[in-house]
Amino acid sequence: MNLNQIIKEIHCDIITGEIQQNYNFTKAFSSDLMSDVLAFVKDDQTLLITGLCNQQVIRTAEMIDLKLIIFVRGKNPTNDIIEMAADNDIVLLSTSISMFDATGILYQKGMRGIRV
Amino acid sequence: MKFEYTISNLDFSTAGEASSNIKKVLKLLGIDSKIIRRASIAIYEAEINIAIHSYGGKIILYVQENSIKIIALDKGPGINNIDLAMKEGFSTATHEIREMGFGAGMGLPNIKKCSDEFSITSESGKYTRLEIAINI
Ligand SMILES: Nc1ncnc2c1ncn2[C@@H]1O[C@H](COP(=O)(O)OP(=O)(O)OP(=O)(O)O)[C@@H](O)[C@H]1O
Ligand SMILES: [Mg+2]
Repeated sequence: MNLNQIIKEIHCDIITGEIQQNYNFTKAFSSDLMSDVLAFVKDDQTLLITGLCNQQVIRTAEMIDLKLIIFVRGKNPTNDIIEMAADNDIVLLSTSISMFDATGILYQKGMRGIRV
Repeated sequence: MKFEYTISNLDFSTAGEASSNIKKVLKLLGIDSKIIRRASIAIYEAEINIAIHSYGGKIILYVQENSIKIIALDKGPGINNIDLAMKEGFSTATHEIREMGFGAGMGLPNIKKCSDEFSITSESGKYTRLEIAINI
């Protein structure tokens, strides 16, 4: 799925980042535990769906070169978090729907999980 | 080349700054991106462990011709049973730490997976010293 499709399907607000049409994602990982993200996400084409909203989410993404984070349950990052993401060219989206629903909708549209 | 970073246990929001810095250094040195990824994960997990489990410490990075060596050393409660601490899922993290996104008990096993050489020494009530190497 490309970024525009994702934004449309799960009703995201764009917090930071340019919407590049060539951003395509086939895999997603949903988690609030960053050590699990670091242990299980194997490549940088995976997007992260999380309800955790602190600096460490951005640091985690930075360490494994993730390009897209979707905050669920209406979580909105503070300015320092947004700046940190922008510095690392990470796109941040936010949606008010739950992690289960966001994950389910994207799955229905063809997005898949990763092997753990 | 040697780089040294002080890691505080007092402000969780700044945890990861050393790892971020080290990642930039490794990039500038032109190290292979797969190696950087493994090193970044290991160093970040080590930095978070110092921030959440210890009273503060430091991370020392040596970039040598054939390897990256990392020493993470802290003053703190130490690790009583290292074999147990190495088990996936084992964690003594508090509820507060879990709310900040850590405490899955995945850090140490993942650090080991990312490393070519790995050792921990610790004395209860005193210190923890993690030493790893990644071949380049
Ligand atoms: N620097 C340290 N000082 C004291 N205890 C430590 C240190 N590092 C790890 N430990 C102990 O080892 C356990 C396992 O560490 P590990 O990094 O695998 O998991 P965690 O930190 O609890 O959770 P996660 O890394 O998944 O966020 C910790 O819960 C803690 O009891
Ligand atoms: Mg840990």
